[in-house]
Amino acid sequence: MTTGDLLGKILQVVMGLAIFAAIIGLLIFFIDKAPKRGRDYWQLAGFLTPALLFLAVGLVYPAIRTSILAFQDSSGDWTFDNFIWTFTQPAAIRTLINTIIWVLLVPTISTAIGLAYAIFIDKSRGEKYYKVILFMPIAISFVGAGIIWRFVYEYRSGERDQIGLLNALVVGFGGEPVQWLQTDPINTFLLIVVMIWIQTGFAMVLLSAAIKGVPTEQIEAAQLDGTNAWQRFINVTVPGIRGALVVVVTTISIATLKVFDIVRTMTAGNFNTSVIANEMYTQAFRASEIGRGSALALILFLLVLPIVVYNVNILRKQREIR
Amino acid sequence: MSSVAPADLPVSKDKGSIEAAEEAEYGRKPKTARVKQRLTSRTATIASLIIAVLWTIPTFGLFISSFRPAELIRTTGWWTIFQNPGFTFDNYAEVLLSPSASSPQLGAYIVNSIAITLLGTLIPLVLATMAAYAFAWIKFRGANVLFIFVFALQIVPLQMALVPLLQIFSTWLRPMQAWVHDVIPIIPEQNYAPVWLAHAMFAMPLAIFLLHNFIAEIPGDVIEAARVDGATHGQIFFRIVLPLATPAIASFAIFQFIWVWNDLLVALIFSGGTQDVAPLTQRLAELTGTRGQAWELLTAGAFISIVIPLIVFFSLQRYFVRGLLAGATKG
Repeated sequence: MTTGDLLGKILQVVMGLAIFAAIIGLLIFFIDKAPKRGRDYWQLAGFLTPALLFLAVGLVYPAIRTSILAFQDSSGDWTFDNFIWTFTQPAAIRTLINTIIWVLLVPTISTAIGLAYAIFIDKSRGEKYYKVILFMPIAISFVGAGIIWRFVYEYRSGERDQIGLLNALVVGFGGEPVQWLQTDPINTFLLIVVMIWIQTGFAMVLLSAAIKGVPTEQIEAAQLDGTNAWQRFINVTVPGIRGALVVVVTTISIATLKVFDIVRTMTAGNFNTSVIANEMYTQAFRASEIGRGSALALILFLLVLPIVVYNVNILRKQREIR
Repeated sequence: MSSVAPADLPVSKDKGSIEAAEEAEYGRKPKTARVKQRLTSRTATIASLIIAVLWTIPTFGLFISSFRPAELIRTTGWWTIFQNPGFTFDNYAEVLLSPSASSPQLGAYIVNSIAITLLGTLIPLVLATMAAYAFAWIKFRGANVLFIFVFALQIVPLQMALVPLLQIFSTWLRPMQAWVHDVIPIIPEQNYAPVWLAHAMFAMPLAIFLLHNFIAEIPGDVIEAARVDGATHGQIFFRIVLPLATPAIASFAIFQFIWVWNDLLVALIFSGGTQDVAPLTQRLAELTGTRGQAWELLTAGAFISIVIPLIVFFSLQRYFVRGLLAGATKG
């Protein structure tokens, strides 16, 4: 990077800020000076139009267009070929299966570990620090996490010292080192571990908050009735945090369905590890198969849709109760 | 509920109150019960310790390795640091400062990340706050239907928008970028505008929804009083709503900051991938592909990319957690 490049970049940011400030400033100025008649409508338009314009250009139109593209071939004729390809090609089917494995494992395991951890550390000394440790991976980018874990899975052939922790453990117990990320099907599960590593903190923080919301009277009453810790957990705590559990599981499911960066950084979808979001990128932007990419995007949308609707319903009910 | 987050979090509570409550509880119980509790909680403590250690080791290994000489990283595990001592800043110097073409040259990409994050956070924040105010305090027909529609747009995955938006940008934005380049040659033809706009557009539904929840809770009397005194919507927005909504705005700003900083997908599609625009994440992803064995570069580079979100995380944890949880469904 030369000084000229840097100047150019700084200039861009300054200009970007200036133009944006000027547009907003002018907008606010004019809506305050709008003619008395219908002033409310001018003001409404001034406040709302920029956001609606962004939504229309950035989401509404593209979503409609993608839905159409999914049913067209490269010359613009109507066809089902894109979907037929998705559900018949072995590689594409594998992508769908992998996505299902991801969405089955990640939400359940991260919620289970997060819940156990939240209960273990509840009211313990240093709870705050325990929480920070588990929550920290959320601040790390998926790319960063991908590199961190690729290092754990690193492989050295033959008699050389292993520099990846996992292979070092395997060799330490007398096994043969494995090329983890190249070995199907274990590689998919190892990528899933990365996602679990990231999402568990999220589950833990939400569930920990919910656990603290369970009334102590109920727990103490159960204690007086002579129940053991496990019975109290199943019969008092779990029903008490049901809403939070649902939100956690659904939210992680959505994030998992859309997972892209981890697969991209760690294997780029090779060695049978691809998932829908990664395959969508590969097809649309690497292979220039716009139709296939759009079909995959549409499938992703249809998979996410019911979970989001369910999630929103739960959230709304919780709000109403409060 | 006064926060933007779907759940009120204990993270925001100060530690003192938790510990005080704990002591009070233990104090009340007879000694035997206390001993019993301690014993059962011992397994729990050990289990949580194991999980905590498992969760930290990978990052810790990366951190240690980034300070080891390249030769040692290549031949020995980082856990043997005491048998194979070695400490160096060379890796960081190499990834940041080395001008050679085969080096990562992260300096330029860090500038890009900062530039993208700055306006990629600011633009949606301002526009969404304005829209949220309109939805909350300017009465108009169809407000509810429109708001629900905006809210519902959250379910559209990014992937649905990428191809058409890229086409729109190349038709409409490209000529403008070329024109800017002609007028001001030091601004490259590939500039930040598409990435800024894309991030702003994708952030909009969630931002409007969260900020609306907060702004709608401002007492109506305050707004009415200002209206009666003849204040315009512009004045109310700047003098009353903005100051009162600052906590919500801060929460969302931090969420969006982290989201944009850590993003890879939007960058891959809209940045063009050159030094002119591409952020740190994109460069690192590229390096893992092309120089996947150069661990001295990857460890140092990865650590540089995660250190800024971590600083934000540790210094603004309370807002951070709220914002992150509130925006968990984004994407």
